[in-house]
Amino acid sequence: MMLADKDRIFTNLYGYHDWGLEGAKARGQWDGTAGFIKNGRDWIIDEVKKSGLRGRGGAGFPTGLKWSFMPKESDGRPHYLVVNADESEPGTCKDREIMRNDPHHLVEGCLLAGFAMAAHAGYIYIRGEYIHERHRLQAAIDQAYDAGLLGKNAAGSGWDFDLYLAHGAGAYICGEETALIESLEGKKGMPRLKPPFPANCGLYGCPTTVNNVETIAVVPEILRRGSEWFVGLGRPNNSGTKLFCISGHVNAPCNVEEEMGISFRELIDRHCGGVRGGFDNLLAVIPGGSSVPVVPADQIIDSPMDFDSLRDLKSGLGTAAVIVMDKSTDIIRAIARISYFYKHESCGQCTPCREGTGWMWRVVSRMAEGRAQKREIDMLLEVTKQVEGHTICALGDAAAWPVQGLIRHFRHEIEARIDDYAANPHPEPIREAAE
Amino acid sequence: MAVRRLAEDQPGSFAFTPENVVWAKREIGKFPEGRQASAVLALLWRAQEQHDGWLPEPAIRHVADFLDMPHIRVLEIATFYTMFNLEPVGEYFVQLCGTTPCMLCGANGLKEVCRRVIGPQRQVTEDGKLSWLEVECLGACCNAPMVQINQDYYEDLTPESFEALLHDLRVGRPVKPGPQVDRSCSAPITGPTTLLDEGLYKGRANGRAVAQKPATPKPAAKAVENKPAAKPAARKEQPETPAVALASPDRPKSLDAPNGGIPDDLKKISGIGPKIEVLLHGLGIYHFGQIAEWNDENKAWVDGYLKFKGRIDREDWISQAKTLVKGDA
Repeated sequence: MMLADKDRIFTNLYGYHDWGLEGAKARGQWDGTAGFIKNGRDWIIDEVKKSGLRGRGGAGFPTGLKWSFMPKESDGRPHYLVVNADESEPGTCKDREIMRNDPHHLVEGCLLAGFAMAAHAGYIYIRGEYIHERHRLQAAIDQAYDAGLLGKNAAGSGWDFDLYLAHGAGAYICGEETALIESLEGKKGMPRLKPPFPANCGLYGCPTTVNNVETIAVVPEILRRGSEWFVGLGRPNNSGTKLFCISGHVNAPCNVEEEMGISFRELIDRHCGGVRGGFDNLLAVIPGGSSVPVVPADQIIDSPMDFDSLRDLKSGLGTAAVIVMDKSTDIIRAIARISYFYKHESCGQCTPCREGTGWMWRVVSRMAEGRAQKREIDMLLEVTKQVEGHTICALGDAAAWPVQGLIRHFRHEIEARIDDYAANPHPEPIREAAE
Repeated sequence: MAVRRLAEDQPGSFAFTPENVVWAKREIGKFPEGRQASAVLALLWRAQEQHDGWLPEPAIRHVADFLDMPHIRVLEIATFYTMFNLEPVGEYFVQLCGTTPCMLCGANGLKEVCRRVIGPQRQVTEDGKLSWLEVECLGACCNAPMVQINQDYYEDLTPESFEALLHDLRVGRPVKPGPQVDRSCSAPITGPTTLLDEGLYKGRANGRAVAQKPATPKPAAKAVENKPAAKPAARKEQPETPAVALASPDRPKSLDAPNGGIPDDLKKISGIGPKIEVLLHGLGIYHFGQIAEWNDENKAWVDGYLKFKGRIDREDWISQAKTLVKGDA
């Protein structure tokens, strides 16, 4: 059963229609917004909780629960809503389509989410490279102000809400919520220790909640259609629809909104014209952005694509950025490039990550050439375990997992390459990992 | 972590233009009183835009003074965030995404083109037109491989189309940002598989089923930021029948078959994708020379046939074709 078009939230995903306020209203947005606000804060949070919405930014934390961590009453400090539009997880390009083609979903969601957490101000932090997307989103915010949907008595709801757009300047780490807050305060994007959590002490030391663009953008539609509708889609504990970004070796890479829990095979067959060279030619898939471990073909092909099913495969749904690799892929080099990414993006604050990411990259790169010893594979695995869980933020984990996934599933590839290298004479001796 | 240092040669001074001062004050106004430091990234970026795409040391000091911040705090921000170019860049600064999703789709081939056409990374060509840098994921993975040139993304590239793009920029010919093949945003190239239910777009306001006009192509020159994004003019959906009569005196001369049996690769003309090429073949047009010879009536007829609303002019197919004819000869 394919998700019906009427159950899709992002109806202008491909930009065929008017992105502006008029077009958005024609597609049913900004309808009944004031009424939801009049229903009260608890009603909104309760609906979001009942909908089972889990954060779309990668971690999959229940959104309603996150919102309920905000203090019920202000202690004098303002509350802030911060939207994480710093989309830079390799493989992920869904928020971009929301912001340039359907920005009013996000703007309306900000008002509702802001009200639900008693915030009178919201900041959207968009990555610096998305220049046209930033202009488009700013134009949408301006339209909303002009129409009285933001500002004093926003949308006639009696709630005052201001929405501002800020931008980054090229740092993956600013997608981590506390690094994003630091960056928004005008500092280097270095993650903060938690606790205190942002809900207590976030932007400017005030209670703050940081949510992903897609999470905020689906909220208005959940409230309009009811939490039962959202729960009715997907699988238990993995409800609703999700934007999947399918890239790599498929015949027609695309973004598409599908039901959570759709099987990998169906997702690729229906929307991407199949794997290049057919499913027999599939080698492996990274199902949720570069941070999650790779899954070999035989395990993923019939797996449902949702948080829990992919966790059971020792991977994760992450941002639902599905990177497909066929049998022409040099899997070791593909993972080595991911390791380079983390080496490049480590903020340098914690030693295990700063030193470990570079070390892992150098060793995996040598293994891609075969210029290594077999016992180094276990040493590499050991180092990934020492980086994992020993850093302030999750970038250390994110750098360790792809390498762990590679060793878990493709150790034979690495060994074969080492054998192949050793079987041929080379002028340079094989160096070991003491670097 | 990447090592990033200031350039050796620095200009003597830097100051925001009066317009940028006004703009900067408005930007600071987004943040609560006393939190003006929050505007530092936006101001540094604006300074870089004002200074030919790179950020000199005097600009870092200027922004620090403007925001009442210690110089070292702004310097560490300028060296931390990788979009701040600390040394001069070409008029067209190519940022090539080399991360795994783009790598799988052929980013390494694009790197070869850069090395051949531009030279080593971070080195500006002698004419000052081009320089390039490999960067990390730019967030357009469904349209891999891709590059960002100044403000614009150029997606779905091949080494051939990328080399042609660089050439066009160098000689100042208009280029089309976005996907370089026939698709809208990140829709499947074979056509959308979802959102086909017309009922979705018969809303209560005005049941228009409208298609967005393709973005007007413009040179990737550094446009002034913050100009409001042009509101795309809505275009009524066209009926499926051709809008023009097939048997018309304005129709360009057609061939029954390509000369010598081998058609030119019309896709070399920026703006022609595989789909349009097929349509042109259907009209009996197989060679650059045929397009180069179109008069205004022919052009208008084809434009109408393809329902283009002037795209042939905007993309200047005819002079592109003329150049390609010369290249062939």
